[in-house]
Amino acid sequence: MITVRFELNGEAVEREVDPRRLLVHFIRDDLDLTGTHVGCDTGNCGACTVLVDGEAVKSCMLLAVQADGTRVETVEGLAANGESSPLQQAFSAAHALQCGYCTPGMLMSATYLLRNNPEPTEREIRKGIQGNICRCTGYVNIVEAIQEAARK
Amino acid sequence: MLLREVQYARPGSVEEALQALAAHEGARALAGGQTLLNVMKARAASPDVLVDLRDLEELRGVARTQDGGLRIGAMATYAQLMREPAVGEARPILAEVVAQIADVQVRNRGTIGGNVCSSDPTNHLPPLAVAQRWTMHAAGPAGERDVAADEFFLGVYFTAIGPGELLTAITIPPGGSDGFASVTLGVDGTCIANAAAQVRDGQARIALGCVGAVPVVVSSPDEVRAAAPDAPADVHASADYRRHLAEVCARRALEQAS
Repeated sequence: MITVRFELNGEAVEREVDPRRLLVHFIRDDLDLTGTHVGCDTGNCGACTVLVDGEAVKSCMLLAVQADGTRVETVEGLAANGESSPLQQAFSAAHALQCGYCTPGMLMSATYLLRNNPEPTEREIRKGIQGNICRCTGYVNIVEAIQEAARK
Repeated sequence: MLLREVQYARPGSVEEALQALAAHEGARALAGGQTLLNVMKARAASPDVLVDLRDLEELRGVARTQDGGLRIGAMATYAQLMREPAVGEARPILAEVVAQIADVQVRNRGTIGGNVCSSDPTNHLPPLAVAQRWTMHAAGPAGERDVAADEFFLGVYFTAIGPGELLTAITIPPGGSDGFASVTLGVDGTCIANAAAQVRDGQARIALGCVGAVPVVVSSPDEVRAAAPDAPADVHASADYRRHLAEVCARRALEQAS
């Protein structure tokens, strides 16, 4: 077991972890933050997207030990003060989800995109969420929601 | 997915990393992990020890060389290469090609060193490395050595980096004009066929990915079909269709380079 220390949604975390544990399982099963989803477990679907030191990554392709010393943000951190972020509100208003399984990953990728590019074009939005698969919506309302959030 | 049990080492220097790699026969270097962790999930690789290179800042640098070329640390990520001014000045094709790899999340973690060391025939960078005659700098128990791209790729998932060795950096020589083309599974998806071209003093050098275990070099698109007898067939393309796509990619890459 290895001791990992990192900042999760603004709070310090310190745990013993088995080196083979993937970050996504550590977040979900050890820290009980189940907003981050496991979709494919092969790095294709993006449902497990979190931000590590401000960068969007797929937490099924990172070991928990690799997060040591970093700042991790999950979907729970978007509404840390109890109020949905403008992006989350835009997803709700634009009906940017159907089953909702991909939504946490979409929100994290879109959060990353808008932080780095506050006024993205539609093409940039589509490129920004390329690593996130949605099997319900056809992406149209997701793109609209991100555009709407960018306008705010 | 539960990985097989593995130990984890986090060296603070290249020297420490080499010691860790030498100390265990089943040790593997962990760079971005965007390939390695997935092959570990599939049990296609089962290292005993992962030697995480994350703290080796000396492997992340990107700088122009004195002769106008480019020296890139093996741990430079795709996202980093996309925004490094030195890449944009010296070898803009590299930024253009890495921007086509997978997606934002993978580009934030995946590294140039990991891409070439995984030696997956469908990867983007092996043909680019061979067409542009990159030099690979390796460190190992016996010291440092340089390997030409031509001699670096030895087979599928197999390179000149031996047990206990580490790819530390890559040098791209100056000069020439470049092109790259691919046919992929969806935008920025896995390559079904790809080709990189460089024109230098009127001479073309084209390297084809996806049609052999390692990049195949030709000097004209007309040579592609004969040069790729072992092109694989799969659900995406028959061998003959893949050779056709390779020729199309070679022509497009050469056109961009000319």
